[in-house]
Amino acid sequence: MEHIVIIGNGISGVTAARHIRKLSDKRITIISAETEYFFSRTALMYVYMGHMKFEHTQPYENWFWKKNRIELKKGFVSQVKDASKELVFASGETMKYDKLIIATGSKPNKFGWPGQDLDGVMGMYHRQDLENLEKYAPNNKVCKRAVIVGGGLIGIELAEMLQSRDIPVTFLVRETSFWNGVLPAGESAMINEHIKEHHIDLRLGVNLQEIKADENGKVKSIIIKETGEEIECTVVGLTAGVSPNVDFLKDSNIELGRGVKVNRKLETNIKDIYAIGDCAEQHEPIGQRRPIEAVWYTGRMMGETLAQTLCGNPRDYNPGHWFNSAKFLDIEYQTYGWVFGERGRPAYEQHFHWKHPEKHICITIAFHKESKLFLGINTFGIRMRHHAFDKWLTEERSVEYVLEHLADANFDPEFYKLHEKTIVAQFNQEHNTNIQLKKRSWKRIFQFS
Amino acid sequence: MKTLQNIGISLLLIGLAIFTILPFIGSYNLSAEKFDEIVQNKGIKSELFIADVKNSTVGKEITNPFTFSSNLINAIATSNETHKQNNEWDKVIWDKPHSFSYAIAKDVGSGPVRENKGLFWFLTFGLGIIGALMFIIPELYRKPIPGIKNNGVWLNPSTNRGWIAWFAFIFLVGFYVLLYFFPDYIVNWTYLVDPISESISGNAASQWFLYGFLYCVVMTVMAIRMYIKYRHNKYQMLRTTSVLFFQIVFAFLIPEILVSFEKPWYDFKNAFPLDYDFFFQWNINDLIANGGFGLFILVWGILLTIVVVPVMVYFFGKRWYCSWVCGCGGLAETLGDPYRQLSDKSLRSWKVERWLIHGVLVFAVVMTGITLYAFFTGADAVLGIKTQTIQDTYGFLIGSIFAGVIGTGFYPIFGNRVWCRFGCPLAAYLGIVQRFKSKFRITTNGGQCISCGNCSTYCEQGIDVRAYAQKGQNIVRSSCVGCGICSAVCPRGVLKLENGSDDGATRHEIPEVILGNDVNLFDMLEENK
Repeated sequence: MEHIVIIGNGISGVTAARHIRKLSDKRITIISAETEYFFSRTALMYVYMGHMKFEHTQPYENWFWKKNRIELKKGFVSQVKDASKELVFASGETMKYDKLIIATGSKPNKFGWPGQDLDGVMGMYHRQDLENLEKYAPNNKVCKRAVIVGGGLIGIELAEMLQSRDIPVTFLVRETSFWNGVLPAGESAMINEHIKEHHIDLRLGVNLQEIKADENGKVKSIIIKETGEEIECTVVGLTAGVSPNVDFLKDSNIELGRGVKVNRKLETNIKDIYAIGDCAEQHEPIGQRRPIEAVWYTGRMMGETLAQTLCGNPRDYNPGHWFNSAKFLDIEYQTYGWVFGERGRPAYEQHFHWKHPEKHICITIAFHKESKLFLGINTFGIRMRHHAFDKWLTEERSVEYVLEHLADANFDPEFYKLHEKTIVAQFNQEHNTNIQLKKRSWKRIFQFS
Repeated sequence: MKTLQNIGISLLLIGLAIFTILPFIGSYNLSAEKFDEIVQNKGIKSELFIADVKNSTVGKEITNPFTFSSNLINAIATSNETHKQNNEWDKVIWDKPHSFSYAIAKDVGSGPVRENKGLFWFLTFGLGIIGALMFIIPELYRKPIPGIKNNGVWLNPSTNRGWIAWFAFIFLVGFYVLLYFFPDYIVNWTYLVDPISESISGNAASQWFLYGFLYCVVMTVMAIRMYIKYRHNKYQMLRTTSVLFFQIVFAFLIPEILVSFEKPWYDFKNAFPLDYDFFFQWNINDLIANGGFGLFILVWGILLTIVVVPVMVYFFGKRWYCSWVCGCGGLAETLGDPYRQLSDKSLRSWKVERWLIHGVLVFAVVMTGITLYAFFTGADAVLGIKTQTIQDTYGFLIGSIFAGVIGTGFYPIFGNRVWCRFGCPLAAYLGIVQRFKSKFRITTNGGQCISCGNCSTYCEQGIDVRAYAQKGQNIVRSSCVGCGICSAVCPRGVLKLENGSDDGATRHEIPEVILGNDVNLFDMLEENK
């Protein structure tokens, strides 16, 4: 029986394993050095915040793996011998494979800052980071202040985590406005405001100079490069992005770029070795996507795609229309299609921005300047229907069509105040159009899916 | 703010402590005249009983309700035994012993509580309400920005099955045991609410009035907590208002007002088979004896179960009843909200749930069938089972132990919907309609789920919501009461409660768009040929 070995028990590897099992009878082994069972990495924050226990982050009960004949192996792979189709573990053990899937995910970036390996410096990515945080920042008596370096999604989550235990947070962001490499200016400004409203000490446009130690090799303070200011702190969170976790492959014959180089079938340069998820790097970016996509959803898609390929339905990784979501403290964010921030925005992309006069609710719709083709939408504080936008993007609808049917896309809980009318009215006013908002239609909604 | 909250908690605990020691205060003095009057009124013919009580109790100052109760109950037990042996059936006292003892104790009790009802009301209910609100309202200022804040829920010993939860568990179970089985121990509690009862129905408070009033108070206070916690979520605000309204008006005020007009006590929203004694002989007789209004209740009660309930479930799901109207649901959604994360999500508990809840439904239906058969034929037993026996068994096991002691007493350990999930026969019935013929579902928003597990963790019914959401599948489950919390706690806007169409495909199917991978199922079929 063919033995498929998957290194990494994150969403990509586990999705691949589940779908291979659905489609075939092959022997499957998942290897992880991090945890015994699959857990949702995105949910780690909720464990520290006390919303959940760690076991709640595990989507499958422990009996699931045995019942589905998915073997779990705890260990750290240190070497891949492709000639003999063999893995060598750090412990010296070996394991044979017929097909190998590399799904080792990411690791937090460190940029060679002085003091970056001191006690009390941590990322927020692994299960072990959570344990570390629990050790160094159990409460605001032990941890007087935490400094977070890097203004991305993990940074703001770490800020929210620390804040849930009333630990003062200083948040160093290199950009001049939060996440403005991705978000348009208006949205980014709204998030800045929301961060400050939560009494998080947000410092924009600054970099970390160094982390200083006390006499015990523990974090004492940090220095800001631009101002030379020293900020006393107990914990430093490094959240300046992630990069593929592929160091263990450095001496193998597998072609590496920043990640494991793969083609559209997710195959590496070596036969019977594949890579999926955060650690995979496409030779050519797909559409407007980045060659490395460190996103939950793309990891899941790659896992499912590869399972099809391995089970006799060879298939390209074809991720469809871009979508993503996040939560910035209390503000939910969803995006469908492409809406670019200032950086990298194509010249043809025009934006329509609507913001609620008082609340943290806003949307940005991107459309083609000339053709009025709908390109994408960012929503903050309003939930929207994935199926609706997916269909409209496929059907290449115009921005007018999307606005006309916007009520069909609303996904807020029942009885919520709806904003479509004022959104459409503002668009009409700004663009001299006469779009009439259609009433929500269940018939149309059910045709989405 | 924190200080204010600490003072609040202290006041609440003082109120609870005073409430707890009240049964030990005061005395019970049954005078000879009073006893003669009772014997006369009740038509007691047992000379053994009369002699026994005269000897043990009459004319004596008994300083606790336990001795008083045990004197009377022993007298009933020993005299009944002799009379039954001697076939002196007219001398047997058929009353439930603790109810018999309760009526007398309530009449002859004395002491500070009875003499200062207002003062003691304030020291118990009053301090409790003020203390609880002093704890709850400052949350508005401690967490000034609206949003889901379940911070520390699993770190707090009151909500993570820690030591506080176990104390709360013992307290609640103790309360329910006293309420259901030993009302004669808690006459002092009923004195507290006599003035309120008298102002509504003109009667002194029974233990059930006490319970009804306490229920309303607890729900109101905890509804204020809900309003603050979910102030950004209009669905939760309206739903909380609705359960509160139906509890106070339909379950509490209307029945009491009916009684004051000499009509039968009836809760118009309490549908059979949750209202399991609706078809009991005594109830039907009562209703018929009451004339036009009684008949109206009888017809309404039947229509409610056969027509109103299922039709509404078809359009809105069982939530219209379970989390918008029902009293049990109302308490679970207010007092029980801090405990919703404690429900068991394992597959095993789902299996247990299905056997148990449908078992209770069958039990209720069979019992009612036998009761009605007996009612129309005049037989007092069917297939050798006495109707009285099966009714008493149901009342004890399901009506009292399951719904009360376990249903609410176990909140701090097993979560707030133990009864609704495992035991309620009406929920089982609504669930069957919801599962097979309803427009209601929880829609999953395409591929947006990140499997974080907040939805499953906070599902009070123990549904593994995530198992569906991460596949992009809608959630159609008989046990879902539509509380909407899964949708509220979801950080990515994945879940929405909707009344869409009853078409099987749109409710159940797993859409392929979740992949983002534009797989065409028909192409795949062709390929595989």
